[in-house]
Amino acid sequence: MSRLRLIWRKSLNAVMLTLTGVAAFAVVSVLFLILGYLLWNGGKSLNWDFFTKLPKPVGETGGGMANAIVGSLKLLLLAAVMGLPVGLMAGVYLAEFGGKAFSFVIRYTTDLLNGVPSIVIGIFAYSLAVLPVKHFSTFAGGVALGIMVIPITVRSTEEFLRAVPTSLREGAMALGASKWRTIVTVVLPAASGGIITGMLLSLARVAGETAPLLFTAFSNRYWSPGWGQPIASLPVMIYTYAIAPYDDWHRQAWAAGLVLLALVLIANLGCRLVLNRRGAIRSV
Amino acid sequence: MTAATRGNDAAAARFAPPVRVAAMTSAEPSKETGLRFQISKLDFFYGSKQAVFDFTLKIPANKVTALIGPSGCGKSTFLRTLNRMNETVRNSRFVGEILLDGQDISQMDVVGLRRRVGMVFQRPNPFPKSIYENVAYGLKINGYRGRLRDLVEHSLRRAALWEEVKDYLHKSAFALSGGQQQRLCIARALAVDPEVLLLDEPCSALDPVTTAKIEELMFHLKDSCTMVIVTHNMQQAARASDFTAFMLDGRLIEHNETSKLFTTPADPRTEAYITGRFG
Repeated sequence: MSRLRLIWRKSLNAVMLTLTGVAAFAVVSVLFLILGYLLWNGGKSLNWDFFTKLPKPVGETGGGMANAIVGSLKLLLLAAVMGLPVGLMAGVYLAEFGGKAFSFVIRYTTDLLNGVPSIVIGIFAYSLAVLPVKHFSTFAGGVALGIMVIPITVRSTEEFLRAVPTSLREGAMALGASKWRTIVTVVLPAASGGIITGMLLSLARVAGETAPLLFTAFSNRYWSPGWGQPIASLPVMIYTYAIAPYDDWHRQAWAAGLVLLALVLIANLGCRLVLNRRGAIRSV
Repeated sequence: MTAATRGNDAAAARFAPPVRVAAMTSAEPSKETGLRFQISKLDFFYGSKQAVFDFTLKIPANKVTALIGPSGCGKSTFLRTLNRMNETVRNSRFVGEILLDGQDISQMDVVGLRRRVGMVFQRPNPFPKSIYENVAYGLKINGYRGRLRDLVEHSLRRAALWEEVKDYLHKSAFALSGGQQQRLCIARALAVDPEVLLLDEPCSALDPVTTAKIEELMFHLKDSCTMVIVTHNMQQAARASDFTAFMLDGRLIEHNETSKLFTTPADPRTEAYITGRFG
């Protein structure tokens, strides 16, 4: 090989390395720019009142979003209760039982559902849970978010179950465990780390959804006891406050954005900590 | 035998008598014949592809029967038919008769069959649970109520693993070495007190020292257990088994006492294989 060719290859290598490096840096810097801006603006406006007080009437400054924080948590709880079990079980079916044709249909439908614009899911939940009772409710918001949780949970559950080696299943069945028993006692625990992570990711994704909540949970400037009344949530509050013409509301919208992000991060980190403590168990 | 394992045996003997799980062993070996398995005219199919042809074999109780033969000759398929593990493979089926203690296994409840016929796999496959939970698993799923702790200890002693793990019972099984994991899998299979133990190349992923340990273990298990071992290792078959069956292309070529088969093989193909001319 000629010397020239060697130099050409080395320089090409250097150029490509630089290009990919720059692209990676660009991605990360956009993320940090957003984070930094949010931290700067949100941090400035965050105070204790934000977590403890209700919104003040229009025209008064101060107040907080205690109701929206609790509201978001309640909506996520509903979404988890309604969406996660369905997603989990469908994922188990796909990975462990499904025949070829039927599985293909389910998988394809799930991907489609994942791609449905969230506002469309909002309309669906509206006609399902708002129209019949003729008022907005926490429950309707939970339905909308619950539907959105399903497709991600299905696919991540399936992926992680497929990663469990067949030898583990055989080991359990060779001891006389039925298929169902094998799945519950060996396969699911072996994949639990990944499955839980997938579930948290899906919840984190819907935690920031605004569109489907606008005409299901709507919003509320007061506490919303029970599950049958309109309820405030952080994303909808951010939307409402950001488009309002008051500086004090803009300030609070930033704070709400920061709190929403923090909630998602804390949930993720907490889950990771718990899973890591169980440590070696996951290294199948 | 080393001093350490002799100690184990003495201790195992202390634990042996009361813990046999009476409810779990439903049938005694057919005493008059001394046979555990009687396989006659077995044909096995994966879909339309036949993997085992016209296979007839008697497996004597409390002996080690080795299955040898080149890769893909149907040894593992045959072994996995004995506890109906092949049923997990779609479109697989067998024709012919397999009797366990005189009972047709295709008529038996598969859970009951697998309880009586344990299996150890090629690669150690401990569950992602603690050592204790691994051994207790079979007992728990079979609804055993009683002193689990004693049975776990007893099983680990039978698998010659107790001394090495007794202080770490609640550590993850993945913390063990490969050889320890394989003995853990044997202990796990032994916990439900099977009459037969099927071993599918149990030592192929292990080093020679660990292999020797497992062979020694098999020797001691003969008192209570019938074993069928698939192996690629001719020396292992010669050392560890009482009977050897040689398979080729899905057919049983020769079956005899190990000492005879390895010294005076009747079939030229057997001789060619054991002398290393092919396979």
